[in-house]
Amino acid sequence: MKKVEFEAKAVSCSVKPLVFDEEKCVGCNACANVCQVDIMIPSEEKGKPPVVLYPGECYYCGSCVMACPVKGAVRLRHPLMNQTKFVEIGE
Amino acid sequence: MEGSHWPYPNEMDREEQVYADVLILGGGMAGCYAAVAAARKGKKVALVEKGAVIRSGAAGSGFDHWESACTNPCSEVTAEEIAKAYIDEQDGYSNGIAHYIECQEGWHRLLDIESFGGKIRDTEGEFEGADFRDEKTGLMFAYDYQNKFTIRVWGSTFKPALYKELKRLGVEIYERTEATTLLVKKEQGKRRGIGAMGMNARTGKFLIFTAKTTVLAMSRPARIWLFDADQVGLCEFRPTQSIGSGHAMGYRAGVEFTMMEKSVQGEFSAAGRSFPPYSTGNNHNTWYAATMVDARGVEIPYVDRDGKELKTVRERYYPAKGQKFFLKGGVIDNPKYEYRGPETLDFEELMKRGYQLPFYADLSRMPESERRVIWGMMVGEEGKTKIPVLENFTERGFDPEIHRLQSYGTGWQSASFLPQERQLFGAPGGIFHDWNLKTNIDGIYAAGDQLYASDCCGFAAATGYYAGRKAAKASEGFSFEEPDREDIETEKKRLYAPLYVEEGMDWRELNKAISKAMQNYCGGVKNDMLLHQGLELLESYEKDMVPLLSCKNPHELMRTHEVLDILEVCKLILNACLLRKSSSAPLCFERSDHPEIDPEEDRCFITIRQEEGKILSRRVEKDYYGDVKIQYEQYNRDYEEEAAGYEEG
Repeated sequence: MKKVEFEAKAVSCSVKPLVFDEEKCVGCNACANVCQVDIMIPSEEKGKPPVVLYPGECYYCGSCVMACPVKGAVRLRHPLMNQTKFVEIGE
Repeated sequence: MEGSHWPYPNEMDREEQVYADVLILGGGMAGCYAAVAAARKGKKVALVEKGAVIRSGAAGSGFDHWESACTNPCSEVTAEEIAKAYIDEQDGYSNGIAHYIECQEGWHRLLDIESFGGKIRDTEGEFEGADFRDEKTGLMFAYDYQNKFTIRVWGSTFKPALYKELKRLGVEIYERTEATTLLVKKEQGKRRGIGAMGMNARTGKFLIFTAKTTVLAMSRPARIWLFDADQVGLCEFRPTQSIGSGHAMGYRAGVEFTMMEKSVQGEFSAAGRSFPPYSTGNNHNTWYAATMVDARGVEIPYVDRDGKELKTVRERYYPAKGQKFFLKGGVIDNPKYEYRGPETLDFEELMKRGYQLPFYADLSRMPESERRVIWGMMVGEEGKTKIPVLENFTERGFDPEIHRLQSYGTGWQSASFLPQERQLFGAPGGIFHDWNLKTNIDGIYAAGDQLYASDCCGFAAATGYYAGRKAAKASEGFSFEEPDREDIETEKKRLYAPLYVEEGMDWRELNKAISKAMQNYCGGVKNDMLLHQGLELLESYEKDMVPLLSCKNPHELMRTHEVLDILEVCKLILNACLLRKSSSAPLCFERSDHPEIDPEEDRCFITIRQEEGKILSRRVEKDYYGDVKIQYEQYNRDYEEEAAGYEEG
């Protein structure tokens, strides 16, 4: 087949499922490698967090956080609308 | 948004041919166990997986309980009893073969995973003394503590353990690779599977898998009626990429399906109406049997099947007086009297008695071990709960001893969906098969969610292993068959086409249009006119819109291929609906032009397959598989020795 040049362009999404702490992230890409949906690509800059190219495809399974060697380097959070309410039990 | 460099090599001009005795398509629970079984038989096994096997599939990040492990040493029921109960509970629209396999061999698969490093029992004595824990074995049970056939497991340890075992066994794993089309050869008028084709979803490399036998283990269709272009990954229960490509491939190749007319009103869509599964206060499945309270803090009573109010938490886990066992779990919604277990009082009755919304789960009122096993173990191991629910809610300050977690809607589904917002859930249709889990095409087997009326992880593991061992045995009777070059070139053209389209249509636009069409033409109430118009519309999309699809890299190309598969599956569903000319309660199938419900003559499986562009169908009696125990034994003499090994421990 005639080769076509591939492009990587992030797709916009109303929510950010993953947030990286650049101070903590060692850029090992363990999260990108474990993600079954393949929503991230490694950063072009070595040692930096991966780029979340397809945030809307996130399945919110948490495998990326489980695979991360540094606690807190990557955080997964459900959209605001999915934050279940809880209340303190009264007297 | 800035465009940047695609980080993986461009291999769309490369082709790789792989030879395997047994080819497994799909690397979830079913596929991994199929690979283990075939490799144990000394076969050369290739496994194709779209994601990364270590965490892929619906069970990839975990699951909290394993149903129907009837042969575990603590069980008080037989495989026959539970398999027959499932069949009866679903009015015969159940998969007797696969359920019996699950009941009989599920426990063996748990022992397998334990030997690979997965955790299936409370080895640390974390729950010592709890009602649900067997002190001798450390096994922990859910639902029915009397009969002990559902086991609480640490499912987040399973896939990594399986992955390690596959590597140890020398299974060739092709990850980030989508299987796209089955290779089928016609020999003396009979079709035979000879492998499959696919594409690497990072590099675009084309792959040809030549195999003696093939196992389809690629989950079930999704994003048929429910689609959210913004939050695609949240709109269904199963993983983003589990959308039924295996069904589409099978249907295109002539594989026979059944029950594809069945769909249920939506249960989960966290991009829309509902909350993420098991993330709200409820009392089902993962959360069974949580104490529920109303807005005033008044406890909602649990009742047994006779309506008798239960006074203690303990009673929620035992059958009623005179009842041998009860059924709960994935596909059990509102069971028949015979199998009905303890449940909170019916919603309408609660309203009549003055209970006030919203309701909450209040674990503080439960014994400490029950509270800890729900919030901590079960919510934690259940797939998508360990990080985004257990960890995040704890960080937000949730403490089950001092807080109540809100429940939404009126039950466990956390929302009420419209009749046209449908899903393939609750034992939906799938591939029709025989006692070898073989499809109608020689050399092609199926397992897990690809089978009709499938349900949970235990089902996937048990049928996966079974299909793997049958496919391994059958591979001995076949030799490799080279595919036609023409088939390869046609497939390449089909797969790469969207890369050559400039400024075309994004796959999301087509997926959204398909799901809207399915809501409009294949919704809660169906009739011939609607179904035909739906088919016409989808065919017009195929003809006019598919050539406009455009994308920029192999990842997007994979998503685009998925929508082509969704389109194929929709046609399968519409055609299957047209074939049933009556309504059916167990199949959740309502027709305005044929309102009679389950007439005698239609109480059967109606199958569907394609041959040379024509749709072929036949009617098969619901008990076509015979007596499950007798037939199983007849077909599995070769497993007796292996089975005895598990039973001796």
